[in-house]
Amino acid sequence: MQKVYSKIESISGNVITVTAAGVRYKELAVVGTRYGSSLAEVIRLKRDEVALQVFNGGRGVSTGDEVRFLGEPMKVSFSDNLLGRIFDGSGRPRDGGPELTDSMIEIGGPSVNPAKRIIPRRMVRTGIPMIDLFNTLVESQKLPIFSVSGEPYNELLARIALQAEVDLIILGGMGLKYDDYLFFKETLEKGGVLSRTVFFVHTASDPVVESLLVPDIALAVAENFAIHGKRVLVLLTDMTNFADAMKEIAITMEQVPSNRGYPGDLYTQLASRYEKAVDFDGSGSITILGVTTMPGDDVTHPVPDNTGYITEGQFYLRNGRIEPFGSLSRLKQQVNGDTRPDHRAMMDGMIKLYAAYKESLEKKSMGFKMSTWDEKLLTYGDMFEREMMDLSVNIPLESALDKGWEILASCFEPEETGLKSELIAEYWLNKV
Amino acid sequence: MINKVIGVSGNMVSVEFTGEASMNEVCYIITGGKKLKSEVIRIKGNVADVQVFEMTTGIGVGETVEFTGELLSVQLGPGLLGQVYDGLQNPLPKLAAECGFFLDRGVYLSALDETKVWKFTPSVEAGAKVEAGEQIGFVREGIFNHWIMVPFHLDGVLTVKRIVAAGDYTIKDIVAEVEDEKGDLHPLTMVFNWPVKRAIKSYAERLKPSETLITKLRIIDTFIPVAKGGTYCIPGPFGAGKTVLQQVTSRNAEVDVVIVAACGERAGEVVETLKEFPELIDPKTGRSLMERTIIICNTSSMPVAAREASVYTAVTMAEYYRQMGLNVLLLADSTSRWAQAMREMSGRLEEIPGEEAFPAYLESLIAGFYERAGIVRLKSGAIGSVTIGGTVSPAGGNFEEPVTQATLKVVGAFHGLSRQRSDARKYPAIHPLESWSKYKGIIDEQKTDYGRSILFKGDEVDQMMKVVGEEGTSLDDYIIYLKSDFLDFVYIQQNSFDPVDNAVEPERQQYTYDIIMDILTAKLNFASKEEARSWFNKVRQNFLDYNGKKWKSDEFNKLEITISQLLADKKIGVEADAEFLG
Ligand SMILES: Nc1ncnc2c1ncn2[C@@H]1O[C@H](COP(=O)(O)OP(=O)(O)O)[C@@H](O)[C@H]1O
Ligand SMILES: [Mg+2]
Repeated sequence: MQKVYSKIESISGNVITVTAAGVRYKELAVVGTRYGSSLAEVIRLKRDEVALQVFNGGRGVSTGDEVRFLGEPMKVSFSDNLLGRIFDGSGRPRDGGPELTDSMIEIGGPSVNPAKRIIPRRMVRTGIPMIDLFNTLVESQKLPIFSVSGEPYNELLARIALQAEVDLIILGGMGLKYDDYLFFKETLEKGGVLSRTVFFVHTASDPVVESLLVPDIALAVAENFAIHGKRVLVLLTDMTNFADAMKEIAITMEQVPSNRGYPGDLYTQLASRYEKAVDFDGSGSITILGVTTMPGDDVTHPVPDNTGYITEGQFYLRNGRIEPFGSLSRLKQQVNGDTRPDHRAMMDGMIKLYAAYKESLEKKSMGFKMSTWDEKLLTYGDMFEREMMDLSVNIPLESALDKGWEILASCFEPEETGLKSELIAEYWLNKV
Repeated sequence: MINKVIGVSGNMVSVEFTGEASMNEVCYIITGGKKLKSEVIRIKGNVADVQVFEMTTGIGVGETVEFTGELLSVQLGPGLLGQVYDGLQNPLPKLAAECGFFLDRGVYLSALDETKVWKFTPSVEAGAKVEAGEQIGFVREGIFNHWIMVPFHLDGVLTVKRIVAAGDYTIKDIVAEVEDEKGDLHPLTMVFNWPVKRAIKSYAERLKPSETLITKLRIIDTFIPVAKGGTYCIPGPFGAGKTVLQQVTSRNAEVDVVIVAACGERAGEVVETLKEFPELIDPKTGRSLMERTIIICNTSSMPVAAREASVYTAVTMAEYYRQMGLNVLLLADSTSRWAQAMREMSGRLEEIPGEEAFPAYLESLIAGFYERAGIVRLKSGAIGSVTIGGTVSPAGGNFEEPVTQATLKVVGAFHGLSRQRSDARKYPAIHPLESWSKYKGIIDEQKTDYGRSILFKGDEVDQMMKVVGEEGTSLDDYIIYLKSDFLDFVYIQQNSFDPVDNAVEPERQQYTYDIIMDILTAKLNFASKEEARSWFNKVRQNFLDYNGKKWKSDEFNKLEITISQLLADKKIGVEADAEFLG
């Protein structure tokens, strides 16, 4: 029996309260307003006072509107019928196709038993040296792109998605610009993968709170495909919008903020989403690539900061390039021991030299005379940026390593590189 | 007694109770046919606020709550070693066998195998007088004699009334009966419970930590050592290398038992330990590393209240093995997640927040946790220790935040990680100048002070060069800079992924440090900075190769000769400030 209440006691921001009995925590309700109906979720119970967050927002909700409790938490349909479909942030069709109601699954389910995870082993090749060589991406990794708005992060996301050898792609858009939504659609279509893609898209013009459901829906669907043996890639863009929606609710609920208005459980909230990335023992996997835009290019902002503590590294996108500093793949060591014997040494060695180059560059900018060593570093840094960092470079890992040795040999004497003699003996190129 | 849910907010539930309730008492919320374990964290009148160790989805007002009268406790007995538990001591592999991929809520399994048979050997006879924490017998657990002790909660002098003969028993079997001073009889099995939030104090005396705990990391053992029974912390921004540092320490540290508390961080990191340790052989014992390890794992997506409990679960087990005269190392990653768990609960309780919304009692809880480390003389005279190393994850990488600051006040060593060093791939990225330790290391202090002074002066020259340029720097200063850079590159930095370099025995550390001292203290003869730089490059190259060679192998010896020849070519004496070293 669905319970219907027709008196809303309070409306504040996107949160309403009603007096009701027999309601359960996290239960879903439908709020019917003059402007259409919206889903709402129970976020606090206090005796018979029930607080709900309204996904379409509190605007236009009137005290006389009807609240109908559904008796169960948020669910989404899961079947192969999802493939090729486009839904909005609450899981309703956005493509004019039929509503799906078969085999409903709960979202935001329990976490995977660590004992049932396996150590990730498969490298995801992208053809981008800054990733393949320096910060190797690994299947089942959770990794966001950090950048300021305006950088081509969605392009990078789409490029990796097309290169990755996965069974299916799930795109979760939060506050996505309509143009970007169309961009993804077109790019994935051109890449011929649209038929094995599912979109859950909340756009910038939709009510902010509705974006809160997107990661959970996308990941619940991904999880079920993965349990059925599929290798799933989930793209989440932009997680900062998701965090901002949580902030909005927290403020309405008068929670004590911990840092710049964000709630104290921001870390836990983000982690419970990102930790859905998994390689299941004996089944499929979920890889999560996200986007975290950094307000004011500030990596210490609570959203990128908490994210960095949760994810398995990040690609720091700046001026159209993946920066060597700040970028990190924490899973790289799981795979780069088996690629080529020089991979690990080159990965660290070239970056150490690039760090030295940055220092020389700073000295130069202050007008100091450049020593022979400085000059060598300057040549090196320039070549490194041009031939390794530029995103237009698209070569396999092995060619990138060869290219690395070429750059080193044309700039330095072997013992200046800090690389072990065995490797130098094997890979050092004779200068011509 | 009727107890009912009257409110739900996140993982906090308010319960109206009749009768009695106590602080930290365990209760169960009955919902949807499941019993969800919870802990009382505040009592006001007839309302108890409880933190639920599970997801609270679906709980409704009016649902029944069962109080147990027991405090949150762990089971202590043989069979803990090698286990992987969640924060409430649920064995995760068994849970996986029962429930599959996911951590279904409301499933609680026995922490210890109740059917396993142990060979018990009594060590006292009927009539013996014993006290809490004293041995009445032992079983063999892996490489140790696991003491079967008088439970820590029994008071006064007890008389052994009966004890079984040597033989096979399970942890459920009664192995002895003791009588207390009041004449009450207590049957004893090999297992008993202990509340996690209370320190175990059944020992004779606490001692001052004085013996170095060898980690096989050069920078730590030589410059910023850890002591057995001491405490240390590793604060650092994300990605600076806290977890890798703890992982290599958990492998290489010279202790008897390692307890890894994965607290609120990535599940994947635990999986690495979980899957790799059984395969790794401890060179000292010839047995798998897992046999000396316990993993307590409450990762970031597992319920937050259990995260708060997990560090206490871990330290209680550490104290338990200490009671057997063992040296135990507890590694907690990350204590900030534990502090955040407290912050979340404090927020739900609507307590008056302190700095950055952390509760006002944060400092005393952090101090209380580290206070459970220590080296003790047991009643038997044996010595046991608990060493605690905790990582700290400061918001924004800024050490001026409440958790880092509260921790720094109480620990004996500070291993601060630097973003700049990790960016430059200088691993382990511990800042050699900012970090400190109150403990004694494995190398004579005069020598390490000299090394540190070179680092310090080298850093000054480096800073100066950024102002006046290389051309404005004297050759002598430039050489100091090169020496400091050299010490950093070949000694302080250490490759955790190199089969040889990743773990360096103290003997080898002492030996190589002497060679490095020869170079640092040498007056060197160079005509130009360019010549100096290229000479240091050569020495560095050889040293790097040297670090990667097996101790005392032919190649090792050969490289050593090359290095001393290179030095002989350029050395024209000893620097004046090093003459006192002899
Ligand atoms: N000692 C080390 N040697 C080599 N690489 C390291 C070392 N420490 C850290 N790293 C690199 O940095 C990454 C992040 O380290 P991690 O310990 O996970 O950081 P944190 O726990 O501080 O966030 C690792 O995945 C590894 O790639
Ligand atoms: Mg870590």
